[in-house]
Amino acid sequence: MARMKFLCDADRCIECNACVTACKNEHEVPWGINRRRVVTLNDGKPGERSVSMACMHCTDAPCASVCPVNCFYTTADAVVLHSKDLCIGCGYCFYACPFGAPQYPKTANFGSRGKMDKCTYCAGGPEADGSPAELEKYGRNRLAEGKLPLCAEMCSTKALLAGDGDIIAQIYKERVAKRGYGSGAWGWKVAYKETIAI
Amino acid sequence: MLNRLSTILRGGLAAFILALALAAAPEAARAQGSVNPTAQSVKEQQLLDALKPGAAITGRVTIPNAQAASLIQPGRDWRAFNQETLPRIGAVALLGMLALLVGFYMLRGRIRIDAGASTMRILRFGSVERVTHWLTATSFLVLALTGINVTFGKTILAPVMGPEAFAAWAGFAKLTHNFVGFAFMLGVVLTFLVWIKDNIPDSTDLGWFAAGGGLLGKGHPPAKRFNGGQKIVFWSVVVGGFFLALSGWHLLFPTQEGIADVQWHATIHGTVAYLMMALILGHIYIGSVGMEGAFDAMGSGEVDLNWAKEHHSLWVEQEMARKGTPAIIGSAQPAE
Ligand code: HEM
Ligand code: SF4
Ligand code: SF4
Repeated sequence: MARMKFLCDADRCIECNACVTACKNEHEVPWGINRRRVVTLNDGKPGERSVSMACMHCTDAPCASVCPVNCFYTTADAVVLHSKDLCIGCGYCFYACPFGAPQYPKTANFGSRGKMDKCTYCAGGPEADGSPAELEKYGRNRLAEGKLPLCAEMCSTKALLAGDGDIIAQIYKERVAKRGYGSGAWGWKVAYKETIAI
Repeated sequence: MLNRLSTILRGGLAAFILALALAAAPEAARAQGSVNPTAQSVKEQQLLDALKPGAAITGRVTIPNAQAASLIQPGRDWRAFNQETLPRIGAVALLGMLALLVGFYMLRGRIRIDAGASTMRILRFGSVERVTHWLTATSFLVLALTGINVTFGKTILAPVMGPEAFAAWAGFAKLTHNFVGFAFMLGVVLTFLVWIKDNIPDSTDLGWFAAGGGLLGKGHPPAKRFNGGQKIVFWSVVVGGFFLALSGWHLLFPTQEGIADVQWHATIHGTVAYLMMALILGHIYIGSVGMEGAFDAMGSGEVDLNWAKEHHSLWVEQEMARKGTPAIIGSAQPAE
Protein backbone atom coordinates (compact mmCIF):
# COMPACT_ATOMS: atom_id res chain seq x y z
CA MET A 1 0.00 0.00 0.00
CA ALA A 2 1.03 3.51 -0.71
CA ARG A 3 1.72 6.13 1.92
CA MET A 4 -0.24 9.05 0.51
CA LYS A 5 1.12 12.55 1.03
CA PHE A 6 0.77 16.09 -0.29
CA LEU A 7 3.74 18.19 -1.35
CA CYS A 8 3.54 21.82 -2.38
CA ASP A 9 6.48 23.05 -4.43
CA ALA A 10 6.33 26.69 -3.33
CA ASP A 11 8.77 27.75 -6.06
CA ARG A 12 6.13 26.78 -8.60
CA CYS A 13 2.89 27.82 -6.90
CA ILE A 14 1.50 30.97 -8.52
CA GLU A 15 -1.27 31.53 -5.96
CA CYS A 16 -4.01 31.02 -8.54
CA ASN A 17 -6.25 29.33 -5.94
CA ALA A 18 -7.51 26.86 -8.51
CA CYS A 19 -6.88 23.98 -6.08
CA VAL A 20 -9.07 25.74 -3.51
CA THR A 21 -11.84 26.28 -6.05
CA ALA A 22 -11.62 22.75 -7.43
CA CYS A 23 -11.91 21.30 -3.92
CA LYS A 24 -14.89 23.43 -3.01
CA ASN A 25 -16.64 22.51 -6.21
CA GLU A 26 -15.84 18.80 -6.24
CA HIS A 27 -17.08 18.24 -2.70
CA GLU A 28 -19.80 20.91 -2.55
CA VAL A 29 -18.09 22.37 0.50
CA PRO A 30 -20.37 24.96 2.12
CA TRP A 31 -19.53 28.64 2.43
CA GLY A 32 -17.15 29.42 5.28
CA ILE A 33 -15.45 26.04 5.18
CA ASN A 34 -12.15 25.74 3.36
CA ARG A 35 -10.59 22.34 3.17
CA ARG A 36 -7.69 23.82 1.23
CA ARG A 37 -6.23 27.32 1.20
CA VAL A 38 -3.25 29.12 -0.28
CA VAL A 39 -1.09 31.09 2.14
CA THR A 40 1.30 33.68 0.74
CA LEU A 41 4.43 34.25 2.79
CA ASN A 42 6.47 37.47 2.66
CA ASP A 43 3.68 38.93 0.55
CA GLY A 44 4.92 41.74 -1.68
CA LYS A 45 8.52 41.34 -0.55
CA PRO A 46 11.39 39.88 -2.57
CA GLY A 47 11.37 36.11 -2.22
CA GLU A 48 7.60 35.89 -1.71
CA ARG A 49 6.33 32.31 -1.83
CA SER A 50 2.85 30.77 -1.80
CA VAL A 51 2.00 27.43 -0.26
CA SER A 52 -1.20 25.52 -0.87
CA MET A 53 -2.15 23.84 2.40
CA ALA A 54 -4.82 21.41 3.53
CA CYS A 55 -4.84 18.48 5.91
CA MET A 56 -1.44 16.81 5.48
CA HIS A 57 -2.66 13.39 6.68
CA CYS A 58 -0.02 13.33 9.37
CA THR A 59 1.91 10.37 10.65
CA ASP A 60 0.68 9.75 14.23
CA ALA A 61 -1.94 12.47 13.69
CA PRO A 62 -2.39 14.95 16.57
CA CYS A 63 -6.09 15.47 15.74
CA ALA A 64 -6.80 11.76 16.21
CA SER A 65 -4.89 11.73 19.46
CA VAL A 66 -6.86 14.53 21.15
CA CYS A 67 -10.35 13.70 19.84
CA PRO A 68 -12.46 12.93 22.94
CA VAL A 69 -14.69 10.52 21.02
CA ASN A 70 -11.92 8.80 19.01
CA CYS A 71 -13.68 9.43 15.72
CA PHE A 72 -10.56 9.42 13.50
CA TYR A 73 -9.16 6.48 11.63
CA THR A 74 -6.27 6.03 9.25
CA THR A 75 -6.86 4.16 6.00
CA ALA A 76 -4.50 1.58 4.49
CA ASP A 77 -3.20 4.42 2.28
CA ALA A 78 -2.34 6.41 5.44
CA VAL A 79 -5.14 8.90 4.77
CA VAL A 80 -6.53 10.39 8.00
CA LEU A 81 -10.34 10.32 7.94
CA HIS A 82 -13.05 10.82 10.54
CA SER A 83 -16.66 9.92 11.22
CA LYS A 84 -19.12 12.80 11.21
CA ASP A 85 -21.64 10.55 12.95
CA LEU A 86 -19.40 10.33 16.02
CA CYS A 87 -17.93 13.87 16.00
CA ILE A 88 -19.39 16.08 18.74
CA GLY A 89 -17.94 19.32 17.38
CA CYS A 90 -15.75 20.12 20.37
CA GLY A 91 -12.99 21.76 18.34
CA TYR A 92 -10.12 19.93 20.01
CA CYS A 93 -8.73 18.57 16.72
CA PHE A 94 -8.38 22.15 15.49
CA TYR A 95 -6.40 23.10 18.60
CA ALA A 96 -4.01 20.21 18.06
CA CYS A 97 -3.67 20.34 14.26
CA PRO A 98 -0.39 21.99 13.16
CA PHE A 99 -1.96 23.12 9.87
CA GLY A 100 -5.34 24.51 10.92
CA ALA A 101 -7.02 21.88 8.75
CA PRO A 102 -10.23 21.04 10.68
CA GLN A 103 -13.13 23.33 9.78
CA TYR A 104 -16.52 23.84 11.43
CA PRO A 105 -19.93 25.11 10.39
CA LYS A 106 -20.07 27.34 13.49
CA THR A 107 -17.51 29.76 14.94
CA ALA A 108 -18.80 29.60 18.54
CA ASN A 109 -18.36 26.44 20.59
CA PHE A 110 -21.53 26.92 22.63
CA GLY A 111 -23.26 23.53 22.54
CA SER A 112 -21.30 22.35 19.56
CA ARG A 113 -19.37 23.75 16.62
CA GLY A 114 -21.16 21.32 14.35
CA LYS A 115 -19.64 18.36 12.57
CA MET A 116 -15.98 18.90 11.81
CA ASP A 117 -15.07 18.96 8.13
CA LYS A 118 -11.63 18.64 6.63
CA CYS A 119 -9.74 17.46 3.56
CA THR A 120 -10.41 13.76 3.01
CA TYR A 121 -7.67 13.35 0.40
CA CYS A 122 -10.69 12.83 -1.86
CA ALA A 123 -11.21 9.55 -0.03
CA GLY A 124 -14.66 10.06 1.51
CA GLY A 125 -15.54 8.68 4.91
CA PRO A 126 -16.60 5.54 6.75
CA GLU A 127 -19.71 5.01 4.61
CA ALA A 128 -19.62 2.63 1.64
CA ASP A 129 -17.31 3.91 -1.12
CA GLY A 130 -19.19 6.11 -3.55
CA SER A 131 -22.50 5.93 -1.66
CA PRO A 132 -24.85 8.94 -1.62
CA ALA A 133 -24.45 9.18 2.19
CA GLU A 134 -20.68 9.40 1.81
CA LEU A 135 -21.01 11.97 -0.95
CA GLU A 136 -23.29 14.14 1.13
CA LYS A 137 -21.17 14.09 4.30
CA TYR A 138 -17.61 13.94 2.99
CA GLY A 139 -17.72 14.68 -0.73
CA ARG A 140 -16.46 12.67 -3.67
CA ASN A 141 -14.43 9.51 -3.10
CA ARG A 142 -11.97 9.78 -5.98
CA LEU A 143 -9.39 7.51 -4.40
CA ALA A 144 -11.83 4.59 -4.54
CA GLU A 145 -12.16 5.30 -8.27
CA GLY A 146 -8.40 5.09 -8.68
CA LYS A 147 -7.98 8.86 -9.03
CA LEU A 148 -5.78 11.19 -7.03
CA PRO A 149 -7.06 14.29 -5.16
CA LEU A 150 -8.51 16.78 -7.63
CA CYS A 151 -6.56 19.78 -6.30
CA ALA A 152 -3.25 18.18 -7.25
CA GLU A 153 -4.51 16.60 -10.46
CA MET A 154 -5.59 19.90 -11.94
CA CYS A 155 -2.80 22.14 -10.60
CA SER A 156 -1.67 24.04 -13.70
CA THR A 157 1.95 24.45 -12.64
CA LYS A 158 2.13 21.02 -11.02
CA ALA A 159 3.24 22.77 -7.85
CA LEU A 160 0.85 20.70 -5.77
CA LEU A 161 1.74 17.03 -5.82
CA ALA A 162 -0.31 14.20 -4.38
CA GLY A 163 0.45 10.52 -4.35
CA ASP A 164 2.74 8.04 -2.72
CA GLY A 165 5.20 9.90 -0.50
CA ASP A 166 8.31 8.27 -1.96
CA ILE A 167 7.30 9.01 -5.54
CA ILE A 168 6.38 12.66 -5.05
CA ALA A 169 9.54 13.16 -2.97
CA GLN A 170 11.55 11.74 -5.89
CA ILE A 171 9.83 14.09 -8.36
CA TYR A 172 10.53 17.06 -6.11
CA LYS A 173 14.17 16.03 -5.63
CA GLU A 174 14.70 15.77 -9.38
CA ARG A 175 13.13 19.19 -9.91
CA VAL A 176 15.37 20.75 -7.32
CA ALA A 177 18.47 19.06 -8.74
CA LYS A 178 17.64 20.26 -12.25
CA ARG A 179 16.73 23.86 -11.51
CA GLY A 180 19.22 24.25 -8.67
CA TYR A 181 16.96 25.56 -5.90
CA GLY A 182 14.03 24.68 -3.72
CA SER A 183 12.46 26.28 -0.70
CA GLY A 184 11.68 22.93 0.92
CA ALA A 185 8.85 20.46 1.33
CA TRP A 186 6.54 22.69 3.37
CA GLY A 187 5.07 21.01 6.42
CA TRP A 188 6.75 17.67 5.93
CA LYS A 189 8.90 17.85 9.01
CA VAL A 190 5.92 18.70 11.19
CA ALA A 191 3.48 16.29 9.53
CA TYR A 192 5.68 13.32 8.71
CA LYS A 193 8.70 13.91 10.97
CA GLU A 194 10.93 13.68 7.92
CA THR A 195 12.01 16.03 5.21
CA ILE A 196 13.35 15.80 1.69
CA ALA A 197 17.11 16.42 1.49
CA ILE A 198 17.77 18.94 -1.27
CA MET B 1 59.35 61.17 -25.76
CA LEU B 2 59.24 57.47 -25.15
CA ASN B 3 58.68 58.24 -21.54
CA ARG B 4 55.76 60.52 -22.34
CA LEU B 5 54.20 57.88 -24.54
CA SER B 6 54.38 55.23 -21.87
CA THR B 7 52.79 57.62 -19.37
CA ILE B 8 49.90 58.25 -21.74
CA LEU B 9 49.55 54.53 -22.37
CA ARG B 10 49.68 53.75 -18.71
CA GLY B 11 47.07 56.43 -17.98
CA GLY B 12 44.85 55.15 -20.78
CA LEU B 13 45.15 51.60 -19.59
CA ALA B 14 44.20 52.59 -16.06
CA ALA B 15 41.19 54.52 -17.36
CA PHE B 16 40.18 51.55 -19.50
CA ILE B 17 40.38 49.13 -16.57
CA LEU B 18 38.44 51.53 -14.37
CA ALA B 19 35.72 51.89 -17.01
CA LEU B 20 35.57 48.11 -17.35
CA ALA B 21 35.27 47.65 -13.64
CA LEU B 22 32.49 50.24 -13.40
CA ALA B 23 30.59 48.61 -16.22
CA ALA B 24 31.10 45.13 -14.82
CA ALA B 25 29.84 45.88 -11.31
CA PRO B 26 26.08 46.06 -12.11
CA GLU B 27 26.57 43.28 -14.66
CA ALA B 28 27.87 41.00 -11.91
CA ALA B 29 24.97 41.87 -9.66
CA ARG B 30 22.48 41.16 -12.40
CA ALA B 31 24.15 37.86 -13.29
CA GLN B 32 23.95 36.70 -9.68
CA GLY B 33 20.22 37.50 -9.54
CA SER B 34 19.38 35.44 -12.56
CA VAL B 35 21.39 32.45 -11.43
CA ASN B 36 19.59 31.93 -8.14
CA PRO B 37 16.01 33.19 -7.97
CA THR B 38 15.61 31.81 -4.47
CA ALA B 39 18.54 33.72 -3.02
CA GLN B 40 16.03 35.73 -1.02
CA SER B 41 13.14 33.27 -0.97
CA VAL B 42 11.52 32.32 2.31
CA LYS B 43 12.63 28.89 3.42
CA GLU B 44 10.56 26.77 5.76
CA GLN B 45 13.50 25.92 7.99
CA GLN B 46 14.48 29.58 8.45
CA LEU B 47 10.92 30.46 9.38
CA LEU B 48 10.66 27.53 11.78
CA ASP B 49 13.96 28.50 13.39
CA ALA B 50 12.82 32.11 13.82
CA LEU B 51 9.56 31.22 15.54
CA LYS B 52 8.92 32.07 19.14
CA PRO B 53 7.31 29.33 21.24
CA GLY B 54 3.61 29.11 20.47
CA ALA B 55 3.92 31.23 17.33
CA ALA B 56 2.99 30.06 13.84
CA ILE B 57 4.34 30.62 10.34
CA THR B 58 1.82 33.14 9.10
CA GLY B 59 1.15 34.73 5.73
CA ARG B 60 -1.72 36.24 3.79
CA VAL B 61 -4.86 34.49 2.59
CA THR B 62 -7.55 35.68 0.22
CA ILE B 63 -10.42 34.24 2.28
CA PRO B 64 -12.06 36.09 5.19
CA ASN B 65 -11.06 33.51 7.82
CA ALA B 66 -8.06 35.17 9.47
CA GLN B 67 -7.08 31.98 11.29
CA ALA B 68 -6.46 30.34 7.91
CA ALA B 69 -3.46 32.66 7.40
CA SER B 70 -1.53 30.60 9.92
CA LEU B 71 0.31 28.06 7.78
CA ILE B 72 2.18 25.88 10.24
CA GLN B 73 1.79 25.67 13.99
CA PRO B 74 4.88 23.63 14.74
CA GLY B 75 4.41 22.98 18.44
CA ARG B 76 2.78 19.74 19.48
CA ASP B 77 3.08 20.59 23.14
CA TRP B 78 -0.64 20.96 23.70
CA ARG B 79 -1.34 17.53 22.32
CA ALA B 80 1.17 16.06 24.75
CA PHE B 81 -0.31 18.08 27.58
CA ASN B 82 -3.88 17.16 26.78
CA GLN B 83 -3.23 13.46 26.23
CA GLU B 84 -0.46 12.73 28.72
CA THR B 85 0.01 15.43 31.35
CA LEU B 86 -3.63 16.30 32.02
CA PRO B 87 -4.86 12.70 32.43
CA ARG B 88 -1.91 12.17 34.78
CA ILE B 89 -2.77 15.30 36.78
CA GLY B 90 -6.40 14.17 36.86
CA ALA B 91 -5.67 10.60 37.93
CA VAL B 92 -3.18 11.63 40.61
CA ALA B 93 -5.44 14.38 41.95
CA LEU B 94 -8.62 12.29 42.08
CA LEU B 95 -7.25 8.86 43.04
CA GLY B 96 -4.61 10.40 45.33
CA MET B 97 -7.25 12.37 47.22
CA LEU B 98 -9.52 9.34 47.41
CA ALA B 99 -6.69 7.22 48.84
CA LEU B 100 -5.84 9.98 51.32
CA LEU B 101 -9.44 10.17 52.50
CA VAL B 102 -9.82 6.41 52.86
CA GLY B 103 -6.55 6.32 54.80
CA PHE B 104 -7.67 9.19 57.00
CA TYR B 105 -11.02 7.51 57.64
CA MET B 106 -9.31 4.30 58.67
CA LEU B 107 -6.92 6.10 61.03
CA ARG B 108 -9.19 8.72 62.53
CA GLY B 109 -12.63 7.30 61.83
CA ARG B 110 -15.69 9.50 61.84
CA ILE B 111 -15.11 12.64 63.87
CA ARG B 112 -17.78 12.51 66.59
CA ILE B 113 -19.28 15.28 68.67
CA ASP B 114 -17.11 14.87 71.79
CA ALA B 115 -19.81 16.07 74.16
CA GLY B 116 -22.46 13.95 72.44
CA ALA B 117 -25.56 15.24 70.70
CA SER B 118 -27.31 18.12 72.44
CA THR B 119 -31.03 18.75 72.41
CA MET B 120 -30.48 22.28 71.18
CA ARG B 121 -29.71 23.45 67.70
CA ILE B 122 -28.42 26.69 66.30
CA LEU B 123 -29.11 28.21 62.89
CA ARG B 124 -25.89 28.10 60.91
CA PHE B 125 -26.91 28.79 57.31
CA GLY B 126 -30.09 30.57 56.21
CA SER B 127 -31.95 29.74 53.02
CA VAL B 128 -30.06 32.22 50.81
CA GLU B 129 -26.80 30.67 51.93
CA ARG B 130 -28.01 27.14 51.37
CA VAL B 131 -29.38 27.91 47.91
CA THR B 132 -26.04 29.49 47.04
CA HIS B 133 -24.19 26.42 48.29
CA TRP B 134 -26.31 23.87 46.46
CA LEU B 135 -26.44 25.86 43.25
CA THR B 136 -22.64 25.94 43.21
CA ALA B 137 -22.33 22.35 44.40
CA THR B 138 -24.72 20.70 41.95
CA SER B 139 -23.45 22.68 38.99
CA PHE B 140 -19.87 21.87 40.00
CA LEU B 141 -20.64 18.16 40.20
CA VAL B 142 -22.32 18.14 36.79
CA LEU B 143 -19.43 20.11 35.27
CA ALA B 144 -16.87 17.86 36.91
CA LEU B 145 -18.51 14.66 35.63
CA THR B 146 -19.08 15.99 32.11
CA GLY B 147 -15.55 17.45 32.12
CA ILE B 148 -14.01 14.16 33.26
CA ASN B 149 -15.87 12.61 30.33
CA VAL B 150 -13.89 14.81 27.93
CA THR B 151 -10.58 13.69 29.42
CA PHE B 152 -11.25 10.07 30.38
CA GLY B 153 -14.49 9.09 28.66
CA LYS B 154 -12.88 7.56 25.59
CA THR B 155 -10.57 5.42 27.74
CA ILE B 156 -13.05 4.35 30.40
CA LEU B 157 -16.58 4.57 28.98
CA ALA B 158 -16.19 4.13 25.22
CA PRO B 159 -14.95 0.51 25.41
CA VAL B 160 -17.95 -0.37 27.56
CA MET B 161 -20.62 1.62 25.73
CA GLY B 162 -19.43 1.19 22.16
CA PRO B 163 -18.46 4.13 19.90
CA GLU B 164 -21.99 5.21 18.84
CA ALA B 165 -23.57 5.24 22.28
CA PHE B 166 -20.51 6.90 23.74
CA ALA B 167 -20.49 9.62 21.06
CA ALA B 168 -24.19 10.31 21.73
CA TRP B 169 -23.54 10.56 25.46
CA ALA B 170 -20.43 12.69 24.94
CA GLY B 171 -22.39 15.06 22.73
CA PHE B 172 -25.05 15.40 25.40
CA ALA B 173 -22.42 15.79 28.12
CA LYS B 174 -20.68 18.53 26.16
CA LEU B 175 -23.96 20.38 25.68
CA THR B 176 -24.69 20.04 29.39
CA HIS B 177 -21.19 21.25 30.31
CA ASN B 178 -21.66 24.36 28.22
CA PHE B 179 -25.08 25.25 29.67
CA VAL B 180 -24.42 24.39 33.30
CA GLY B 181 -21.26 26.49 33.16
CA PHE B 182 -23.42 29.59 33.56
CA ALA B 183 -25.13 28.22 36.68
CA PHE B 184 -21.71 27.59 38.15
CA MET B 185 -20.53 31.12 37.33
CA LEU B 186 -23.57 32.52 39.10
CA GLY B 187 -22.91 30.20 42.05
CA VAL B 188 -19.32 31.39 42.38
CA VAL B 189 -20.37 35.05 42.27
CA LEU B 190 -23.03 34.43 44.95
CA THR B 191 -20.57 32.42 47.05
CA PHE B 192 -18.20 35.35 46.97
CA LEU B 193 -20.85 37.93 47.88
CA VAL B 194 -22.54 35.89 50.59
CA TRP B 195 -19.48 34.62 52.47
CA ILE B 196 -16.64 37.08 51.85
CA LYS B 197 -17.33 38.83 55.17
CA ASP B 198 -16.66 35.63 57.13
CA ASN B 199 -13.61 34.56 55.15
CA ILE B 200 -11.03 37.28 55.71
CA PRO B 201 -7.99 35.43 57.08
CA ASP B 202 -6.98 36.48 60.60
CA SER B 203 -4.88 35.35 63.56
CA THR B 204 -7.38 32.72 64.79
CA ASP B 205 -6.67 30.83 61.59
CA LEU B 206 -2.98 30.63 62.47
CA GLY B 207 -3.86 29.10 65.83
CA TRP B 208 -6.28 26.75 64.13
CA PHE B 209 -3.64 25.51 61.68
CA ALA B 210 -1.00 25.28 64.44
CA ALA B 211 -3.34 22.97 66.38
CA GLY B 212 -3.78 20.74 63.32
CA GLY B 213 -7.28 22.04 62.70
CA GLY B 214 -8.79 19.58 65.12
CA LEU B 215 -8.28 16.93 62.47
CA LEU B 216 -4.74 15.83 63.20
CA GLY B 217 -4.22 16.87 66.81
CA LYS B 218 -6.36 16.45 69.90
CA GLY B 219 -9.07 18.84 71.00
CA HIS B 220 -10.75 21.67 69.10
CA PRO B 221 -8.88 24.90 68.37
CA PRO B 222 -11.12 27.96 68.56
CA ALA B 223 -12.65 29.12 65.29
CA LYS B 224 -15.00 31.85 64.14
CA ARG B 225 -17.81 31.22 61.67
CA PHE B 226 -15.35 29.62 59.27
CA ASN B 227 -12.13 27.94 60.34
CA GLY B 228 -8.83 28.12 58.44
CA GLY B 229 -9.59 25.03 56.38
CA GLN B 230 -12.97 26.33 55.33
CA LYS B 231 -11.41 29.64 54.36
CA ILE B 232 -9.02 27.74 52.11
CA VAL B 233 -12.01 26.05 50.48
CA PHE B 234 -13.78 29.40 50.10
CA TRP B 235 -10.84 31.13 48.46
CA SER B 236 -10.08 28.14 46.24
CA VAL B 237 -13.66 28.10 45.01
CA VAL B 238 -13.65 31.84 44.37
CA VAL B 239 -10.21 32.04 42.72
CA GLY B 240 -10.38 28.62 41.04
CA GLY B 241 -13.96 29.27 39.94
CA PHE B 242 -12.90 32.59 38.47
CA PHE B 243 -10.15 30.98 36.40
CA LEU B 244 -12.40 28.09 35.34
CA ALA B 245 -15.08 30.53 34.24
CA LEU B 246 -12.61 32.78 32.43
CA SER B 247 -10.86 29.94 30.59
CA GLY B 248 -14.18 28.14 29.98
CA TRP B 249 -15.59 31.30 28.45
CA HIS B 250 -12.64 31.52 26.09
CA LEU B 251 -13.12 27.87 25.13
CA LEU B 252 -16.70 28.66 24.17
CA PHE B 253 -15.57 31.29 21.68
CA PRO B 254 -12.35 29.85 20.28
CA THR B 255 -12.34 31.76 17.00
CA GLN B 256 -11.91 35.09 18.73
CA GLU B 257 -8.23 34.37 19.35
CA GLY B 258 -5.19 32.54 18.02
CA ILE B 259 -4.64 28.82 18.50
CA ALA B 260 -1.84 29.36 21.00
CA ASP B 261 -4.28 31.28 23.22
CA VAL B 262 -6.97 28.61 22.98
CA GLN B 263 -4.41 25.96 23.89
CA TRP B 264 -3.37 28.04 26.85
CA HIS B 265 -6.96 28.41 28.04
CA ALA B 266 -7.59 24.68 27.64
CA THR B 267 -4.44 24.01 29.68
CA ILE B 268 -5.52 26.31 32.50
CA HIS B 269 -9.09 24.99 32.43
CA GLY B 270 -8.13 21.33 32.70
CA THR B 271 -5.46 21.81 35.35
CA VAL B 272 -7.54 24.03 37.63
CA ALA B 273 -10.54 21.72 37.17
CA TYR B 274 -8.73 18.63 38.48
CA LEU B 275 -7.07 20.48 41.35
CA MET B 276 -10.46 21.81 42.39
CA MET B 277 -12.10 18.41 42.08
CA ALA B 278 -9.51 16.98 44.49
CA LEU B 279 -10.12 19.79 46.97
CA ILE B 280 -13.88 19.41 46.71
CA LEU B 281 -13.59 15.65 47.28
CA GLY B 282 -11.99 16.49 50.63
CA HIS B 283 -14.71 19.06 51.28
CA ILE B 284 -17.46 16.54 50.52
CA TYR B 285 -15.84 13.96 52.78
CA ILE B 286 -15.62 16.23 55.81
CA GLY B 287 -19.13 17.53 55.21
CA SER B 288 -20.68 14.07 55.13
CA VAL B 289 -19.19 10.75 56.31
CA GLY B 290 -16.10 12.38 57.78
CA MET B 291 -17.75 14.35 60.55
CA GLU B 292 -20.84 13.77 62.64
CA GLY B 293 -23.26 16.69 62.54
CA ALA B 294 -21.53 18.61 59.77
CA PHE B 295 -24.03 17.86 57.00
CA ASP B 296 -26.91 19.50 58.88
CA ALA B 297 -25.33 22.90 58.35
CA MET B 298 -26.13 22.72 54.64
CA GLY B 299 -29.02 20.28 55.03
CA SER B 300 -31.57 21.80 57.37
CA GLY B 301 -29.34 24.77 58.08
CA GLU B 302 -29.46 24.08 61.82
CA VAL B 303 -26.60 22.39 63.59
CA ASP B 304 -26.28 20.70 66.95
CA LEU B 305 -25.25 23.26 69.57
CA ASN B 306 -22.54 21.00 70.97
CA TRP B 307 -21.13 20.50 67.49
CA ALA B 308 -21.12 24.24 66.94
CA LYS B 309 -19.41 24.89 70.28
CA GLU B 310 -16.70 22.38 69.47
CA HIS B 311 -16.00 23.43 65.89
CA HIS B 312 -16.89 27.10 65.85
CA SER B 313 -16.55 28.22 69.45
CA LEU B 314 -15.96 31.92 68.76
CA TRP B 315 -18.86 32.05 66.32
CA VAL B 316 -21.28 30.51 68.88
CA GLU B 317 -20.18 33.05 71.50
CA GLN B 318 -20.72 35.85 69.02
CA GLU B 319 -24.15 34.56 68.01
CA MET B 320 -25.24 34.22 71.65
CA ALA B 321 -24.05 37.74 72.42
CA ARG B 322 -25.66 39.25 69.36
CA LYS B 323 -28.98 37.55 69.18
CA GLY B 324 -29.41 36.18 72.68
CA THR B 325 -31.66 33.15 72.99
CA PRO B 326 -33.59 33.40 69.69
CA ALA B 327 -30.57 31.94 67.88
CA ILE B 328 -31.01 28.71 69.79
CA ILE B 329 -33.70 26.28 68.72
CA GLY B 330 -35.00 23.56 71.06
CA SER B 331 -35.09 23.34 74.84
CA ALA B 332 -32.25 23.19 77.34
CA GLN B 333 -34.00 20.28 79.03
CA PRO B 334 -33.73 16.82 77.58
CA ALA B 335 -37.00 15.94 75.88
CA GLU B 336 -37.79 12.98 78.06
C1 HEM C 1 -17.46 28.09 34.67
C2 HEM C 1 -17.96 27.74 33.58
C3 HEM C 1 -17.36 26.70 32.67
C4 HEM C 1 -17.34 26.79 31.32
C5 HEM C 1 -17.92 27.91 30.47
C6 HEM C 1 -16.67 25.62 30.82
C7 HEM C 1 -16.45 25.35 29.49
C8 HEM C 1 -15.69 24.29 29.03
C9 HEM C 1 -15.43 24.03 27.64
C10 HEM C 1 -15.93 24.90 26.49
C11 HEM C 1 -14.65 22.93 27.56
C12 HEM C 1 -14.10 22.31 26.29
C13 HEM C 1 -14.81 21.03 25.97
C14 HEM C 1 -16.22 21.30 25.55
O1 HEM C 1 -16.42 22.05 24.57
O2 HEM C 1 -17.13 20.80 26.19
C15 HEM C 1 -14.43 22.47 28.91
C16 HEM C 1 -13.69 21.35 29.24
C17 HEM C 1 -13.53 20.88 30.54
N1 HEM C 1 -14.09 21.43 31.68
FE1 HEM C 1 -15.19 23.11 31.77
N2 HEM C 1 -16.30 24.84 31.88
C18 HEM C 1 -16.71 25.45 33.05
C19 HEM C 1 -16.54 24.98 34.33
C20 HEM C 1 -15.94 23.79 34.67
C21 HEM C 1 -15.87 23.24 36.01
C22 HEM C 1 -16.44 23.86 37.24
C23 HEM C 1 -15.18 22.06 35.90
C24 HEM C 1 -14.82 21.02 36.92
C25 HEM C 1 -14.59 21.14 38.09
C26 HEM C 1 -14.81 21.89 34.52
C27 HEM C 1 -14.08 20.83 34.06
C28 HEM C 1 -13.70 20.65 32.75
C29 HEM C 1 -12.85 19.58 32.29
C30 HEM C 1 -12.20 18.50 33.15
C31 HEM C 1 -12.74 19.72 30.91
C32 HEM C 1 -11.97 18.82 29.96
C33 HEM C 1 -10.53 19.19 29.90
C34 HEM C 1 -9.78 18.36 28.88
O3 HEM C 1 -9.74 17.14 29.02
O4 HEM C 1 -9.25 18.97 27.96
N3 HEM C 1 -15.29 22.96 33.80
N4 HEM C 1 -15.07 23.32 29.78
S1 SF4 D 1 -3.05 18.00 9.16
FE1 SF4 D 1 -4.31 18.32 10.99
S2 SF4 D 1 -6.26 17.36 10.54
FE2 SF4 D 1 -4.78 16.56 9.03
S3 SF4 D 1 -3.97 14.66 9.96
FE3 SF4 D 1 -2.58 16.31 10.56
S4 SF4 D 1 -3.38 16.99 12.54
FE4 SF4 D 1 -5.02 15.81 11.58
S1 SF4 E 1 -14.40 18.35 16.72
FE1 SF4 E 1 -15.10 16.27 16.29
S2 SF4 E 1 -13.39 15.28 15.27
FE2 SF4 E 1 -12.58 17.12 16.24
S3 SF4 E 1 -11.82 16.43 18.24
FE3 SF4 E 1 -13.93 17.14 18.55
S4 SF4 E 1 -15.20 15.30 18.32
FE4 SF4 E 1 -13.18 14.81 17.45
